[in-house]
Amino acid sequence: MNHRTESSRMESQTPMQFLDQTIEFEALADHAVPTYAACVDEAELLAFCDAAHAGGRRIVALWGSDERNRETRLGFALHVAFDLAEGLVCLTLPLPAEAPTFPDLCTRFPAANRMQRAVMDMIGAHPASGDARSWLRHANWPADYYPLRSDAPDTQHATQNEEYAFVRVEGDGVHEVPVGPIHAGVIEPGHFRFSVMGENVLRLEQRLGWKHKGIERRFAGMSLGEGVRLAGRVSGDSTVAYAWAYSQAAEAIGAVAPPPRALWLRALLLERERIVNHLGDLGYLGNDVALAFGLMQFMRLKEDWVRLNARLFGHRFMMDRIVPGGVTVDLDDAGAHAIFTQCEALESELRTLKNIYDEHAGLQDRFLTTGRVTPQLAKLLGVIGLAGRASAQHWDLRCNHACAPYDQLTPRMAIERNGDVAARAQVRFTEIKESLHLIRKILREIPAGEVRCEVRSEADKRGLGWIEGWRGDILVAVETGADGKIRRCHCHDPSWQNWPALEHAVIDNIVPDFPLINKSFNLSYAGPDL
Amino acid sequence: MFPMLRQILRNGIVTEPAPDADIALRVTAQRLSEAMLAQLGRALVIRHVDAGSCNACELEIHALNNPYYNLEALGIKFAASPRHADMLLVTGPVAKNMEIAVKRAYDATPEPRLVVAVGDCGCTGGIFGESYASCGRVANVIPVDVCIPGCPPTPLQLMQGILAALASDRKQAKHE
Ligand code: SF4
Repeated sequence: MNHRTESSRMESQTPMQFLDQTIEFEALADHAVPTYAACVDEAELLAFCDAAHAGGRRIVALWGSDERNRETRLGFALHVAFDLAEGLVCLTLPLPAEAPTFPDLCTRFPAANRMQRAVMDMIGAHPASGDARSWLRHANWPADYYPLRSDAPDTQHATQNEEYAFVRVEGDGVHEVPVGPIHAGVIEPGHFRFSVMGENVLRLEQRLGWKHKGIERRFAGMSLGEGVRLAGRVSGDSTVAYAWAYSQAAEAIGAVAPPPRALWLRALLLERERIVNHLGDLGYLGNDVALAFGLMQFMRLKEDWVRLNARLFGHRFMMDRIVPGGVTVDLDDAGAHAIFTQCEALESELRTLKNIYDEHAGLQDRFLTTGRVTPQLAKLLGVIGLAGRASAQHWDLRCNHACAPYDQLTPRMAIERNGDVAARAQVRFTEIKESLHLIRKILREIPAGEVRCEVRSEADKRGLGWIEGWRGDILVAVETGADGKIRRCHCHDPSWQNWPALEHAVIDNIVPDFPLINKSFNLSYAGPDL
Repeated sequence: MFPMLRQILRNGIVTEPAPDADIALRVTAQRLSEAMLAQLGRALVIRHVDAGSCNACELEIHALNNPYYNLEALGIKFAASPRHADMLLVTGPVAKNMEIAVKRAYDATPEPRLVVAVGDCGCTGGIFGESYASCGRVANVIPVDVCIPGCPPTPLQLMQGILAALASDRKQAKHE
């Protein structure tokens, strides 16, 4: 019953063209957001990049795959997904089996830099020009070992952390401050190299990839059902968003649509995840300007929130509650009532705390104009998600490409223009308020019915899932092999795009403001490190 | 100032009683003397090391300092440097790229350098296991005293594990 109708499949056969390019795209059936794919050559890819760039569109993700085990005449492939007005558009550039290279896309989309380097490290296809430093590989496996090549054995090599070629800033009185990989607080590991003059930051260069633990390789050979647990652990603070995006991909492969009630419950969980993370961040932002009061108040609210998650859904962060085909939990009247009451309580406390933050001169002084990313710079760098919206970048999948039930919830996008710490805090306040509104709407309007249907995998098929997590949009691309098991699964975290913005945001700020600026972005290390 | 005070007074003190140590989580016999345990029991300094977690274990470690669990009230606090720490609280499987950093943090920690492995990943390698990029469980890289399973372990389970590292075997005998 849940299988999509034949007519919608027929429709999807008509080829599509975008951005006045001649490339003919196939509309992929059974995707929650309209999704299109095409195979292209280098010239077509570059022309499409130019057109997308000129049209103010953006790269969603870029990844590579080994196609040799599919058909002997095939080599590797580069996949580039774009956010167009019509939906998600994925271009695939086939690469030769011997010495594969692909064009450097950084000139149009600077955010492609680290993704290209990851492709280089993972499958051994190199960008033809530009930055050739490895990114995920830290010299802990040989330079000619490419973990995502199907013929590479999964073996450990001698550990010998590298000497990374940081860009040097020279000049009188300039000195370097290295920080990490292990940081001073309870934070994920990463390395920051500051070039400072007195107290002022002249330059920051990030070296990430420390948490790389081989997730993409781990996916290979898993069944569609098994993979969701792993997807939900790419970045634990966004487990709901990842599990949903993964499930969308799996459902596209199995050509099923989950029951409507399941989709509404997913949105409930996703908005609860957004609120939990925003509450924590607002607390830590207060703490970073010596307002321990803020930390304690927001951490208390956060704890209340996750305790109700545990009570109603059996897990404080709602891990493993979204699965291909639907959800593993349901909500009864008593549960709905508890959430409703909690929303009312949080809304009123939030009003009080917002006033306190707004009127705290010390806090405002530290927040305002600190760590600025102007709208122009944000556009240039391709900043997305929460940080993008704080710099007037109108990206929010829930509004731009609303999948069910967001098409009926019609959320309002939170937009600020100043791009400073204050703006990023303000976006969080606004979004909590909006999510509280959405949650109550869900509770009032959620349809009755089943919460899960069966998903059967199909051989040699691809599916893409795309969900607006609390940081930004998460893309999960899954491909099955001849046995119906996962052949390749790529999970893309929005932090890929936003980390470089932090390098710019700290320029000309003082070193002691770095923790505050960093926290205002609160980007994921685990997510992009994979 | 007044709105802040009002907010503090309205909410009062929400701290809940601390749980008992769960000695079953200890994977080695207690190697500290009673005298040392008596000392540490009242002032323990922890250094957290994320060796490659998914970051959800960190969320629960953060929660330890929220007003409900209020770990600091037990005399347990987090330090910025391993040199000031009595205990390393290690999350995640140890990513290959973090192996050297984890060993260095261990070497920099003064004796008795208790090590608590956190989460299914820290205890067994969890869903990530051992691979070209992961050394698996923490004990594959540095000696471990206590393992706290869970994905992630709840703040209460974390407290029970941390306290287990400070509980004497005598107490355990009494419990059994
Ligand atoms: S134990 Fe679970 S929550 Fe902790 S790091 Fe591992 S996957 Fe994440």
